[in-house]
Parts: sequence; structure tokens; C-alpha cells
Amino acid sequence: MRKVYMDHGAGMPLDSRVFEAMKPYFMDDYGNPSSSHSFGNSAKEALATSREKVAQLVAVEKPLEVIFTSGGTESNNLAIKGVAYRNREKGNHIITTAIEHISVINICKFLQKQGFEVTYIPVDKQGIVDIEKLTEAINDKTILISVMYANGEIGTIQPIQEIGKLAQENKVIFHVDAVDAAGKVPINVKEENIDLLSISSNDMYGPKGVGAIYIKAGTKIQPIIQGGGQERGLRSGTENIPGIVGMGKAAELAQKEMKSEGKRLAGLRDKLIKGVLDKIDYSFLNGHPTERLPSNTNLRFSYIEGESLILGLDMYGIQVSSGSACTSKTLEPSHVLLAIGLAHEEAHGSLVFTMGKQNSEEDVNYVLEVLPDVVKRLRALSPLTPKEIVR
Amino acid sequence: MYSEKVMDHFMNPRNVGEIPDADGVGTVGNPVCGDLMTMYIKVKDNKLVDIKFKTFGCGAAIATSSMTTELATGKTIEEAMKITRADVAENLGGLPPIKMHCSNLAADALHEAIKDYQKKKEAKK
Repeated sequence: MRKVYMDHGAGMPLDSRVFEAMKPYFMDDYGNPSSSHSFGNSAKEALATSREKVAQLVAVEKPLEVIFTSGGTESNNLAIKGVAYRNREKGNHIITTAIEHISVINICKFLQKQGFEVTYIPVDKQGIVDIEKLTEAINDKTILISVMYANGEIGTIQPIQEIGKLAQENKVIFHVDAVDAAGKVPINVKEENIDLLSISSNDMYGPKGVGAIYIKAGTKIQPIIQGGGQERGLRSGTENIPGIVGMGKAAELAQKEMKSEGKRLAGLRDKLIKGVLDKIDYSFLNGHPTERLPSNTNLRFSYIEGESLILGLDMYGIQVSSGSACTSKTLEPSHVLLAIGLAHEEAHGSLVFTMGKQNSEEDVNYVLEVLPDVVKRLRALSPLTPKEIVR
Repeated sequence: MYSEKVMDHFMNPRNVGEIPDADGVGTVGNPVCGDLMTMYIKVKDNKLVDIKFKTFGCGAAIATSSMTTELATGKTIEEAMKITRADVAENLGGLPPIKMHCSNLAADALHEAIKDYQKKKEAKK
């Protein structure tokens, strides 16, 4: 049976070139960059080179402004808690959006319990943040605006430059969660007025358990992990050198291949979207038609439920995700789909395809061949399906 | 995540459909929550001679509906009323804990259909 993995948003393979780059740092160059003796030099150099590569990916001029962490979640924790705790004297108000990654939402909820006020800005039907509401929400107690670069579930890319300008004009620190965007679309922290940027390695074919955060020099922030003072005191703990080397290599490759790979994936994405909408009645695109990650396709199908769609496709070797309640631990549908105005029953019928390097046009053709039958079979089972569309 | 038996009933559900002249119909669940089941029953000499279902929901919801119809067909009304969610889950080789409510729904839909049949029978008297 054909194997078609289209769930890169959930997990990505390691690029073999990344693996090769990491290998020496497990058994041979295992020195500690903090050591004074020469054996630590190799690690120290690897750390510096990797930092430069990650800096280049998002157009950071001074590599020392990049701090390595254990991943996107930690970067988001450092950004939001670090700014909140350090700037408490100035104010207790944080602005974010209704469609942030669950880590940002839960960090904000945690801070709310400690007396911080959080405003969750709504988005429009295509997932774009309401700039007018965001502007209105800023007050003299606002210390942080946190907006994701792109949404991993519906793919929508935010007008980051515009929001960055707004933050700058109001002297509010601007954090961007770019975990789903870095390596996929060009990011320029200077042009986009970004003060803090979260990135993860495993969303660009790097190893899991590594991430980074760009912290613009002069940004008022405090560490959330105390210890030996590594990473300029902002992230203590012995550096994960093999992981960091892997992330550096992944960043280098992503930067090199972004343009060609982005164009290729966008082509596959648009073919998949058009094919599904043409072939399947009562199917709809979730998210923005053009301001969208090249890797992301999110579709919904009336009268049926997403988990059964996943299982149905899995039987044909196709792996995807869904925003349905039945696939979540909480039995609640995706907060992102609800935020773009979908009714619960609409959110239940959504499917997320996230394509990557190994996916080809044949894969898309295969999905377009299989999916209509899977949908048809489930619709025939569903009491919600109107009689006239069961053919 | 699911047992082979669950996947079998999901891929090849038994007794799918509607019975236009059903003796009893039961619907439980709500599309808002992601599960909706309707069961149709045909009764002869106090026995369930035909059962059909339609389900909107996850794999477990479809499999439990299918298994419930299989368990109940040929049973007397009294026996069918005793089918519990545990029976349904057990016959499917178990269900993940978070999916147990699906088996509850399937048994409930059957019991609702039986109650509907009994109510109609009462009304005829």
C-alpha cells in the first residue's frame, strides 16, 4: 500500500544531512563549551556557528541575540513570563490573539491567575487578527503583545510588520511565536519590528527537543530557569550541543531551500485544495486562500466527523490530522476553528494536511483519488447527510 | 489506538441504514458534541428481528453502533434492554478510556428505540 504522510505539523523526519552534522557531537566532540581546556573548544565553536546560522535564518544581525532553548514551548514561556515578571512595575496587561498555539494560551491563563490581565484579540473568518481591536486594546498598562507569525492549523499568516509597527509606536514589547513559520517563509526581525521570536528545530527537519528565541538587545526580560548562567544568563543548563548543531544545520538548509521548496509546496497545496473542492460537494477551505503557509491545507466536510475521516484515510496509508473534538484530549473542538467562526459541528468535520519535503504530486493525486470515496462512505453512514447528496 | 475488532466494525459496519416502517426509533447525541446516532428497530413476537443505524461521529461511535446492532439482533426486548456499554466495549475488544462514552451512546440509542416501540404499542391499546 502507498504511504502518504501529510502530518508534518505533528511530526517531521530529521533531514539526513542534519543527522550527519550532529553525529560527531555525541561520541567524539562531547566537550562542554564552558570548559577552559582545549577539549571544550570544538563545542564552543559549534555553538557559535549554529547560533550564526539560526540568526541568519530570521535576519538577526547580532547572533548573540539568539538564545537556545529546549523548544518552541520553552521559548514561548521565556518570552511571555520573562517579560511579564520583569515589567510588572510598568504594567500587568498582555495582548494576544484567540488563535495562538496552546502553549501561549496556557501561559497567558497561568499569568491571569497571578493577577495579569490578558486580552485575546479575535480574528476574522480567514484567521487574520483584527488590527483595529488590537489597537484599541493597547493601554498604558500594556507590557507585551504576543502574536503568532503563522497558524499551524489553518496556515494563516499574520500581518506581522504592521502589528510590529503598532507595538513599536506604543513602546510595547512585541513577541512573535514563529514556530510554525520559521524555515517555511522569510522572516526579518528588524523589518518586522520584532523584539522576541520563538523558533523550534523539529518544525524544520531538525531534531526534537531544541529551539531558540531571538531576544532583541535591550529588551527587558528575566530568565525563567535559574542555574549556571549559560546563554548569557537567560537560559541556564548545559547546552544540548548535538541538538543545537542539528538545529543550526536545519536552519542553514531551510534558508537555502526555502524559496524553491516553498514554491513547490504551495503548488501541491493549491492542487490539493482545488482538487478537493472540485471533486467533493459540501467541502470548504478553512483559513486564508493566499496568506497561507505553503505546507498547510485545512478543509472541512459537512455531515461527517474528522476522526473517522482520519481512520478512513489511514486504512489507505494516508496520515493527516483534524481539529475535531474526538481527536483532542479535552473532547473540545479546536479553539482556532471556533475562533474563525465555525460552529462546533463544522469544526468536527475538518482535516489538516501538512505537506513536507517527501511529498510529491503523485501523493496529492493519490489523496484526490481516495478521499472522495472515504467522504462518500462516511456520509452514507451519517444521519445528518441530506438524502439528495447520498449518491 | 483501536483494537482490530473496532477497526473491522468501523470499516465494515453491520446493519447500516434506515427502516422506513420501523416499530421504534431512537436518537441520542448531538452534532455539536460530535456524536449523533439513530437506531431503527423492527419487532416480531417480542424479538428484535431487524436493527439498522446511522451515525455521525468518530471511529468508536461508528464501531459501537455497529456492534450494538449485532449484539441486539435476535434478542428479546427484555434481553436487549439489559445490554450495557460494558457489553458493547467488551465485545469490541475494549475501547480507549476517552472513548467509553461512545459505547454508552450506542446502548442508549438502542434503549431509546425500544422505549419508543413500547410507547407506540401502549398507544395502540
